[in-house]
Amino acid sequence: MTESDSFFETPSPTKYKGIWSWLITMDHKRIALMYLFVILFWFFGALILGLLIRTELMSVGRTIMGAQTYNALFTLHGVIMIFLFIIPAIPAIFGNFLLPIQIGADDVFFPKLNLLSWYLYILGSLFAVSSLFFGGPPDTGWTFYVPFSVSTKTNVSATLTAAFILGMSSMLTGLNFITTIHRMRAKGMRWLQIPLFTWSLYATAWVQLLATPILSITLLLVLFERIFAIGLFDASKGGDPILYQHLFWMYSHPAVYIMILPGMGVISEIIPVFSRKSIFGYKAIVASSMAIAIAGSLVWAHHMFTSGMSDVAVFVFSLLTFIVAIPSAVKVFSWISTMYKGSILMTPPLLFSLGFIYLFSVGGLTGLVLGSAGTDIHVHDTHFVVAHFHFVMFGGTGFAFFAALHFWWPKIFGRMYDFKKAYVAATMIIVGFIFHYLPMFILGIMGLPRRYYDYMPKFETGNMLAGIGGYILIAGIALMFFNLFASFKNKRDAEADPWGGTTLEWTVPSPPPLHNFIAPPEIKDYPYDFSDVIKKFKAESTG
Amino acid sequence: MKITNEHPHVISYKKLIGILIALLILTAITISVSMVDLGKFNVWAALLIASTKCTLVVLFFMHLKYENRVIRISFVVTLFCVAILIGFIFWDISFR
Repeated sequence: MTESDSFFETPSPTKYKGIWSWLITMDHKRIALMYLFVILFWFFGALILGLLIRTELMSVGRTIMGAQTYNALFTLHGVIMIFLFIIPAIPAIFGNFLLPIQIGADDVFFPKLNLLSWYLYILGSLFAVSSLFFGGPPDTGWTFYVPFSVSTKTNVSATLTAAFILGMSSMLTGLNFITTIHRMRAKGMRWLQIPLFTWSLYATAWVQLLATPILSITLLLVLFERIFAIGLFDASKGGDPILYQHLFWMYSHPAVYIMILPGMGVISEIIPVFSRKSIFGYKAIVASSMAIAIAGSLVWAHHMFTSGMSDVAVFVFSLLTFIVAIPSAVKVFSWISTMYKGSILMTPPLLFSLGFIYLFSVGGLTGLVLGSAGTDIHVHDTHFVVAHFHFVMFGGTGFAFFAALHFWWPKIFGRMYDFKKAYVAATMIIVGFIFHYLPMFILGIMGLPRRYYDYMPKFETGNMLAGIGGYILIAGIALMFFNLFASFKNKRDAEADPWGGTTLEWTVPSPPPLHNFIAPPEIKDYPYDFSDVIKKFKAESTG
Repeated sequence: MKITNEHPHVISYKKLIGILIALLILTAITISVSMVDLGKFNVWAALLIASTKCTLVVLFFMHLKYENRVIRISFVVTLFCVAILIGFIFWDISFR
């Protein structure tokens, strides 16, 4: 073993070999990869469920499944995508792998807790799957609204337990990241020298830590209701069904920011690298991450405008919702301004990032239609919401995840993928995405409710188009992963810094060694100083 | 091996039993109050008693009173966040 052997060759602890060197590892990079493969497994599963739902909806009446199966599939699609893919994807995979390296540390602060989080994730996912086989798959949707979730005969309890355990995993990861950022930064790295991806994880971690317990308690209350029928949410026993919605969204709206903030961090890393230009408004982006985390925690009741809550609450939460748009827009303007007059180099990660900016902006702006109480009454619980949510979560976080995969794949595996196939895949995904979700906006405005098994014939064309778009989208995703995995076979080795990045992960070998840094890292005054990169490229082009 | 410079704090049985009795009295008040209809103040009364009980448990049984400043500040910040979240529900409940 040499100092520069990659983490693949050096297990931690060193005494274990083979599968055990992975299953009881304390190396943050190996744990990140274990997350990668498990999360991808669930992602593929939930994608197939989503495609089956859209296939069912392609024509009026029964197409491929019955109504109860359809209810179960959209519930599982939601639960798996939200709790097993979007929430953990970027923090657990890329956060685990890169956060310690970006701050010049050799691991996270609590390596054993990190491994425990992974096991809790596995346990939670097993509970989610068990509901498929025991007692009938849940049919409540991922929101578990009372009174239906209390009275349904399906096995909602297993899914609630799954979400409870997954919440614990998420909290522990957040706790670990906060402690690591506070206590393990390299000597000389002050707060405003931390890379923006790490900053976004820091903001996210606080939301994970403060908001997740609310969901955990709420889900326990639903379980208690199912078992003991206490009446907390039952009006006939003095309870309040709307209280459930408050408690659920008190977590689940901030959870949207748990999902999107790390994605925004990814984009903030990629845009300056391929613009060969320092990020515009570093401090504004940092402040906006924290502002989104804080303001985003106070807008939950905009999901409840039609629930029967007071008009004062509708007014206050609508106003607060508009405030969140400001820090989100600060980020979008900063990314665009970074590219302005930059020396742009088109690469697959940049193409995905551009897709992110466009699709996320559409998703964000249609969010204002929903956040404004008047228009929300018209489109509430229609396909418009489904389209908005997927534009933000898939067009946003999903695309950021794909961009991150392409950006850091060479760093993680030391292999470069084929660019041509990556461009074709990205284009198919973007085109398929727009064909898939755009008709849903129109269907929603026309009045097609979400989660309905069947619909009137006037909605058939839109649903058919959405279905075709879905197949193009899935084909693009399949090609993208085929291309990434083919890089293992093609054996095109990646350099330590294939893109011309400036943050610390690009100063270590690809893949990194066990302790990340062979020599103590040199901390720059400013993490996005491209003067050396530009000099290097100029020298290469003239010499 | 001593790895921290913290001094372990031992609370006397007398004090612990005193706290326990206070908690039991507060529990009795919770039950009594639930039998009286205070209208809008039902929730406020319940929250006030529950918060007092919680404060006693956290300060003495969980030793927060004897912890260092960082732990105390973290706790107060958390409490502040919870207060805001619960407070915001009253935009709805108080104006229905």
